[in-house]
Amino acid sequence: MSKDNQILEELTSKEYEHGWSVNLETDEAPVGLNEDIIRWISAKKEEPEWLLEWRLKAFRTWLTMTEPEWANVHYPKVDFQALKYYSAPKQTKKPKSLDEVDPELLQIYERLGINLNEQKRLQGIAVDAVLDSVSVGTTFKETLSKLGIIFCSFSEAVHEHPDLIKKYLGSVVPMTDNYYAALNSAVFSDGSFCYIPKGVRCPMELSTYFRINAANTGQFERTLIIADESSYVSYLEGCTAPQRDENQLHAAVVEIYAASHAEVKYSTVQNWYPGDKEGKGGIYNFVTKRGICAGDHSKISWTQVETGSAVTWKYPSCILKGDYSVGEFYSVAVTNNYQQADTGTKMIHIGKNTRSRIVSKGISAGKSQNSYRGQVQVMKRAANARNFSQCDSLLMGDRCGAHTFPYIDIQNPTAKVEHEATTSKIGEDQIFYCNQRGISTEDAVALIVNGYAKEVLNQLPMEFAVEAQKLLALTLEGSVG
Amino acid sequence: MTTVTKNKVTDLFLENAPSFGSFPSLREESKQIVNGKGLPAAKDEEYKFTSVSKKLEQVITDFSPAKPIAVSKDTIKDHLWAGFEGSYLVFNNGIFSEELSAFENSGFEVQMLSESNAIALGSIAKAEKDPFIALNTIYFEDGIQISIPRGKKVDSPILFLFFNQANEGQIISPRILIEVAENAEATFLEHSISLDEAVYFSNSVTEIKVGQNSHVHYSRLQNDGSKAIVVSNFETDIHRDATFTSTVVSLSGDLVRNNLSLRLQDSGCVGNMYGLYLLNGKTHVDNHTNVDHTKPHAESNELYKGILTDQSRGVFNGKIFVRQDAQKTNAFQQNNNILLSEDAIVNTKPQLEIWADDVKCSHGCTTGQLDEEALFYLQARGIDKMQAKGLLLYAFAGEVLEHINDESFRNYIDRLVQERLGSNF
Repeated sequence: MSKDNQILEELTSKEYEHGWSVNLETDEAPVGLNEDIIRWISAKKEEPEWLLEWRLKAFRTWLTMTEPEWANVHYPKVDFQALKYYSAPKQTKKPKSLDEVDPELLQIYERLGINLNEQKRLQGIAVDAVLDSVSVGTTFKETLSKLGIIFCSFSEAVHEHPDLIKKYLGSVVPMTDNYYAALNSAVFSDGSFCYIPKGVRCPMELSTYFRINAANTGQFERTLIIADESSYVSYLEGCTAPQRDENQLHAAVVEIYAASHAEVKYSTVQNWYPGDKEGKGGIYNFVTKRGICAGDHSKISWTQVETGSAVTWKYPSCILKGDYSVGEFYSVAVTNNYQQADTGTKMIHIGKNTRSRIVSKGISAGKSQNSYRGQVQVMKRAANARNFSQCDSLLMGDRCGAHTFPYIDIQNPTAKVEHEATTSKIGEDQIFYCNQRGISTEDAVALIVNGYAKEVLNQLPMEFAVEAQKLLALTLEGSVG
Repeated sequence: MTTVTKNKVTDLFLENAPSFGSFPSLREESKQIVNGKGLPAAKDEEYKFTSVSKKLEQVITDFSPAKPIAVSKDTIKDHLWAGFEGSYLVFNNGIFSEELSAFENSGFEVQMLSESNAIALGSIAKAEKDPFIALNTIYFEDGIQISIPRGKKVDSPILFLFFNQANEGQIISPRILIEVAENAEATFLEHSISLDEAVYFSNSVTEIKVGQNSHVHYSRLQNDGSKAIVVSNFETDIHRDATFTSTVVSLSGDLVRNNLSLRLQDSGCVGNMYGLYLLNGKTHVDNHTNVDHTKPHAESNELYKGILTDQSRGVFNGKIFVRQDAQKTNAFQQNNNILLSEDAIVNTKPQLEIWADDVKCSHGCTTGQLDEEALFYLQARGIDKMQAKGLLLYAFAGEVLEHINDESFRNYIDRLVQERLGSNF
């Protein structure tokens, strides 16, 4: 047991790799939240009148709402008046290309292992890099625009493609959807926008990299992805934040719209700062993600690897409206120390012959609490709907908890819905088997955990899978002897 | 965790609350709870799909406690099934009737709660746990305490017969306290019967203490009239090396809510929960079960199955808690449903909450139709479709029925199930 503790000790004392911050000159909104701040943000971004109205409407609704308390997480409440709702690195003029972007900004991303300049040369991934409240640069814009694909920051899209924004903004996640979505609708600062035209298969992975740098701010970005008929896109999202003692709030909204025969694959590797080993600091990750399979034969697939954040509250969902549409949710959620995660999905079957699949793997270590909360709903006209859910939990150490809250609501007799869940720990016999074959206990644990999470990791695009595996190893290696 | 808003029904209950001399402090405390919390509304997570309060508001006109009705010994004989041998305790509109019962020399003791010094009353079924327990604590006139002495093996089953009829008040509140001492064994059966098709609200509380190394089976058949509203609160404390097996078969009623809670207090306990609900018409049955593993090396098994047709609705919520000390726990839970009609609805939530790492816990749930291939297989062998369906459904239900340990009761229920499923050929 003492060895276990020693290894656990080592593990928990491991520093958060991305915990540094950079002193940048920033443009910030004053502390606090009121209608003037929202007008200030809107003016700063030179937004059209209708968007300001939309924000204000959301804000007014938000004021009437109460913070949700049903999730299995406990944390000191956020003081919404003590936050700054806008923080942007100072730039004299808008950069036309990456060459004009402040080199210090680019350095931030380089330190994170994302070299925007290099990305420019390498074929593969187009990145939209978001720092605090604004997008600092988007790569490969021109290549993509030749195919008619629009991939840019949200603010840019507001100016250049107002019709699309007007049509789809809030169509999947209404501004009044929930407390944090309403807050986001009122104060969102930037984010990514992506439109794939009819019949186009996006030739590269599109990616957004979110980074919180400034202290005392909240990050409220908004992502909108529209896949028109018969198109395909794979979208990646990554995030990190500096190590700070206070809790920072991240309340994002992601909306996906898939027209008929379209397919969207959305992958997240979430590695916000999780707080130190006493549970001090860390990001509150309160995110609303939802996609709608609006057309027949469309497909939305969510893959997430959740390793960071002090508190996670996130349920990427699919509304399966089109007949024969497919929703998928693959998740690995790892919690350590005092982290708390309440995550899962909602699959709403509305159309006929819709299918959904949920694979959720929770891993809890240290003193963390890990909850799966999911809902599978089969509406009355969703004939022949099919769902399979599997949610497994792996516990490491006797001070952590794993919880499962699956809601299954069926209103159609032809539906076939299955749910299964198991909870276990890494077996001594498994470790012994590996030891016998010359694999050290540390490696054996990594091996077993990777095997356990493989079903999900396999769904990730290549570049992400490697990062995710490294993250898993870093978070968990050796936490059980 | 639960937020409840007070509703009209709560006030009606409090206005009509009877005043009984016995257990003054318990009843007063319960009044405070009902007054403070109110009866659960639809917003309450625990009663999300089953709004008992709303139903009561719609259909109950008389909130006074029910008085005994005229039941003859022949009526009782009529309702005992063939082959039944054992003692029986009759509850007439929720009130125990000694003259109608037969339990002489059966090796256990029966006392009226008001006459015994029932110290344990309210300690297993705590009023603060659920407003309906509190409501029963206000409304029961008297109940009984059954004590099985140490080392006693009660050979024949002990049957509770509930005769319910609404013309003498509509609120029926049976209260039973069972204390099984160490190394004892007993089998309890329960059968509820509606004597007419009128509306009544039966809100029962059963508290059971299963002593060290004792083994208790408790099987229930719920066959109330189609207008009956039934809430049953079943609370058990299970001690070291003891086993407790509960089986509930729900066949009818308007709205039925079963709260079943097993607390595995020590190592070596085994808690089993089995349930079958065959629903038709507009029957709504909600089974909420709760197993609390508090110490290492205990086991729980759970299997609930439902067959639903017409506009019926089945709700299942199974909670398994494994506390930090409860290492080496084995907990299994399964819920399977078959929907036979367009309008039937199933809401299920198999919930696990685990704080210990060295455990084996699993839960599963399925909802679907009969296996087409199995149907075809039988048809290909000359069994017509209706029969084949009946056969498959009966086999599906059989997995639960086999856990009823009293043979005559099992056969009786078996026949009722066969009739219902059209497999009585």
